[in-house]
This record gives sequence, structure tokens and C-alpha cells, in this order.
Amino acid sequence: MNKLSAKTRITLTAPFTVWMAVFVVVPIGLVLFYALTDASGSFTLQNLSSIWAYRKTYVLSLELAFVATVLCLLLAYPLAYSISKMKARRQQTMVLLVMLPMWMNFLIRTYAWMTILEDTGLINTFLKSFLSLFGFQFQGFSMINTNGAIILGMVYNFLPYMILPIYTVLTKIDGSVIEAAKDLGADGFNIFTRVILPQSVPGIISGITMVFVPAVSTFIISKLLGGGMTFLIGDIIENYFLGNTGEVNYNVGAALSLVLMVLILISMGIMNRFDGEKDPKGGAPV
Amino acid sequence: MENTIIKLKNINVSFDGEQILKNLNLDIEDKEFLTLLGPSGCGKTTTLRIIAGFLKPDSGDVVFGGKTINGVPAHKRQVNTIFQRYALFTHLNVFENVAFGLRIRKRPEKEIVKSVREMLELVNLKGFESRDVNSLSGGQQQRVAIARALVVKPKVLLLDEPLGALDLKLRKDMQNELKNIQQRMGITFIYVTHDQEEALSMSDKIVVMDSGVIQQIGTPIDIYNEPVNAFVADFIGESNIVDGIMREDYVCEFSGHTFKCLDKGFRKNEAVDVVVRPEDVDVVSYEQGMLRGRVTSVTFKGVHFEIIVDIGGFKWMIQSTDEQFVGDNIGLYIEPDAIHIMKKSEYSGLYGDFSSYSEEFDELSDVNAEPEEVQDE
Repeated sequence: MNKLSAKTRITLTAPFTVWMAVFVVVPIGLVLFYALTDASGSFTLQNLSSIWAYRKTYVLSLELAFVATVLCLLLAYPLAYSISKMKARRQQTMVLLVMLPMWMNFLIRTYAWMTILEDTGLINTFLKSFLSLFGFQFQGFSMINTNGAIILGMVYNFLPYMILPIYTVLTKIDGSVIEAAKDLGADGFNIFTRVILPQSVPGIISGITMVFVPAVSTFIISKLLGGGMTFLIGDIIENYFLGNTGEVNYNVGAALSLVLMVLILISMGIMNRFDGEKDPKGGAPV
Repeated sequence: MENTIIKLKNINVSFDGEQILKNLNLDIEDKEFLTLLGPSGCGKTTTLRIIAGFLKPDSGDVVFGGKTINGVPAHKRQVNTIFQRYALFTHLNVFENVAFGLRIRKRPEKEIVKSVREMLELVNLKGFESRDVNSLSGGQQQRVAIARALVVKPKVLLLDEPLGALDLKLRKDMQNELKNIQQRMGITFIYVTHDQEEALSMSDKIVVMDSGVIQQIGTPIDIYNEPVNAFVADFIGESNIVDGIMREDYVCEFSGHTFKCLDKGFRKNEAVDVVVRPEDVDVVSYEQGMLRGRVTSVTFKGVHFEIIVDIGGFKWMIQSTDEQFVGDNIGLYIEPDAIHIMKKSEYSGLYGDFSSYSEEFDELSDVNAEPEEVQDE
């Protein structure tokens, strides 16, 4: 690669730098400021210590996001793998189909799930009328307003973000590397576990990041599919900033966000450790 | 033959209606260094992939040690491959790359460490165990690939243009090293290349291929001195190939002169192709020449001058240590043992005239002459 001159480099990156400064760095600074001050603007740790009350919400948020991420991974990997093995034209079509739901508004998609899962929704109505044909009285499942419904919403909305990066790394694996493994005696199982899976780790990591981060901080999915029964940390933060259910308090809201940010950073740090560890056996004892 | 380790019988392969290998038969002896040589698209790599088990022939048999192994998948064959682009496992370090085959075979850790160490020493990579393969140079990566294939003790090692991506100096060193490794390990090497010099300097036996057909099988000296047709004569080294007539045994006529030669067994007055290597022609004075012509180009090559001489409209190439000058009229003297007579073939008339000769042109028309290797680092 030819190196760009310093001047060109600065000019080319300037728009992004300005954008990041104004809309990312400054807001994070503000979050920090609010989190560490009280209403009158003087320094306090009060906000941070008040967060202890929400520890269960944090745990629940992390838990649901974790389950949703694992489900996404389990669904996405086999699909991405089989797409990567298709003929080039088929691959394009399949990738298009994977992205298709993303063309529709996020809110509308989530509302759609409400009408499907509701007590008087699509599934229950169908089951009730179907079973009554045979003389059964069916009360219907209560699906909406459960943790399950929230996880479903997360998986549904974030699945493409898991499929695409995994698919991308899988297509980049060199065919001759797989032949080399075969050549050295590896059967299908060994080729997968010793070559394909380890070489697709970067895709898995970015997939997990792209699913876990929005899932852990979501408030709209839990609001619509949790029906005000389940609060995730995102909902609490929203309430503090908008005052839907109580007083408006930017300071506590900012402190909550700050802690969430730290938790996400820790999660990502743990994830990236797996990426960096190229050889779990540590190679030769030199 | 008792010593035959691999036998290819009547192999046919087509891709998209194009026949890549046409009824190929080949016996490969145990412990020999055999080279498949030919231009790209001649079917040499396809032949290699059939032996490795990556490709199933449309028809024909692959026999290994007396057993037909047509249905045996690649991972169960006792052959290993060195790939053109190394194909190292980038997620593993040097040690683990080499250990790969042994781990698959579930060898005890102690044995793995010992074998891998030995192999890395064999390929001169001692101390590189924990290095990341991405940080190695092309030559070092190639050595890892060699160690990785040899550590599982294959009976036959297949090498698909393994030195193609290396620079000239390194390529020469690796040629010697590969030859050494082959002799020390005492196993069969099947080497694919389009580089005739590489083939000549390393092989026990060369198989020259073109358009899916074996043209000639022989030792490097045989192939060079006794090419069977114009294709082989042209592909291996430089050749002047002219039309001639075999007047009787040991007497042939070409370019308007009658020569003594060492060939016999042709019909009386049979039309033949005559090969004369540029280095076998002596330059003499115009008057003394068996053939006479005018110098049209002189190129200094270091070891010798490359002189193009126009003899009755046919351009001859001559390599001589004496300088000549463009426009000079010179004579050529050809000893009987410098003349090689070949039967006419489908390749007659296609090669051996240097009238359109230029180095650049040669390289342009050679699809294998890659531009400077782009190192993606």
C-alpha cells in the first residue's frame, strides 16, 4: 500500500473526525459530567451509588442479551456456513433474503410480533379456533409480556447482524487451506473443528458484538414485547431521561448509562481475549 | 515393474466439455524425483490433483502400491501435497502448523514435539516454533509447508510449482534443498513446474506434457539431447528446428547442405525435423561455413553472445563466446553429434524459427511469467 501524505490523510479523515468529536466524544463527556454531578452541578458519587438498587435489572439485561446472542449464533452459523458453500449466484440471493427484514422499519417489525404473540393475537386465535373444531377448549398461551417474547424480539431483529460477518469470514477462507487439511488426513469433522471454526472466529466475535451490544441496551423491544412487566436497563435509563413514570433525573440516568457502558466494554474485552488467543495449546514449549 | 509405486492407467478428465487429460498412462517409480513439465493448461496440475485425490478422473485407474485407490478420499491417501501458495493455517503458529497432521493422527504429545522439532531442523527453521506464520517470508512459509507435509511420513510428496512465488536466488537455493531433502528422506517426489531449467536440474525423470498428452518421458539428458518432437525440443532449452530430408542412414540434408549425423532408421528420403541447439553451432569464416548467412542481431548475455543469423530466410540462433557484429557475413559449422533428427509431428513447423524472436515477446506470450510477485503483507 502506498502511504498517504500526512496532509492528504488529515483532509480525508477530517469529516469523520469532526462528526465523531461532535456526536460521540462530546456526548460521552456530557454523560460523564452528568453522572458525576448533582442537580446543582457540583461533584458527587451519589448517582453512582444509587445504582446499586438496579443491580437485578442489570443482571437481567445481561442475561437476556446473552441468551439472545447465543441463540443468534446457533441459528446464524449453520446458515452462514451453508450459504458460503452455495454457488455465487445463489449466495447473492441468500444474502439478499437475509437482509430483507432490515428493509422494514425496526418498530413496525416489533409491533408485528405484538400482534402475533398477544393473548388474542394470531397464534392464539388460530390455535383456539383450530382446537375448537375438535371440541377442545383452549385457553391460549400467554406469550407476550414474557422474557421469552423479549428474547424472541432480540433474536428476530439482530439475527442478520450475526449472519453477515460470519458469512463474510467463511467466504474468505482459502479453499487450498481446506485441501491442505484434507491432505494431512483431516476428515470433515476435523476440517471443521481445526480449520474452519478457528478461522471464522473473527466473524463470530464481530457478530456477537453487533448482537450483544444493542441487545443489552435495548429499551424498545422490552417495552413492546415485555408489556411493561419486564424492565431492562435501557427502559430505566429512558425513564430517567424522559420521565415517563417518574421524575426526570439526567444525573442518575447518565450514571446508569456509564455503568452499562463499562459493563459492555468488559464483555467485549472478555470476547476479544478469545480472538487474540490463536493457539490454545500454547505451541511448542521452547 | 516391481518398483512402481504409482500407476496411472488410461486417465481421462474433462472440464466443461474440454478434455484436460487424454488417456494418460504413467508409471512412477519408488524414491524417484519425477517432474511433470509443460506449459500452463497442459494438464500437469490436474495429474497431480488426481494422485492427491482432490479430483476424480472421468475414467481410468489410479494404482498405489499395487492397489487401485480410485475411491479412496484424499485424507486417507499416503501422499501429501505442497501447494503453490503454501496454504498454511494462518490461525496456528509454526509449531502447530507442522504438528497438524500428527494431532489428527492423535500421536502422543512427546512424539509430536520430537517429530516437529526434527522436521523444523530439516528445513532450517529451528527456533521458529512459536512464530506466527503470517510474519514469515515467502521462503520461510514454503519451508513450513514442506515440514508440515513431511512430518506425517508420506510415501510420496506432491509439489505443485512450489517455488513459483519465490525470487530467483531463493528459488535456486530451494531447488538444491528440495533435492537434498528428497534424497535424505528417501521418498518419491512428484514435482510440477513450467520451468524447464528447474526440471532439468532437479529431476531423475521428466515427463513433458502438452494439451493433456504426455509428449516424452526420460532423464533430463535424454529429454534435452533426444527430444521426440518439435514441441519438446522447443520447450526444453533453445532450439533451431528446420525442415530436413533423411537421405540415408547417417546422412541428412537441410538448409541446402548435406550433413553427416548420428541418426538412422528412417525411410529413404523421409521428411524430418532437424534440431540443432544454439550452443552446438560453431562460428567459422564465411568461406569455411557449411551454412552461410548474415548476422541480424547480437545480444550480450554474460556467458555468451546470442547471435541471430539469417540463412536463406530462416533465422538461426547461435550462442557463441566470440562477438559478431550485425551485418557481418559468417559461416556456420555443425558437428555430426550436434544434429538431432526427429520424425515429423503435429508440432512440425510451429517452433524453432527465431525470426520473430525477442525476449519481451517471449515473456508476453507466456501466461506463467507472472509480473513481480505481489507480497500481501
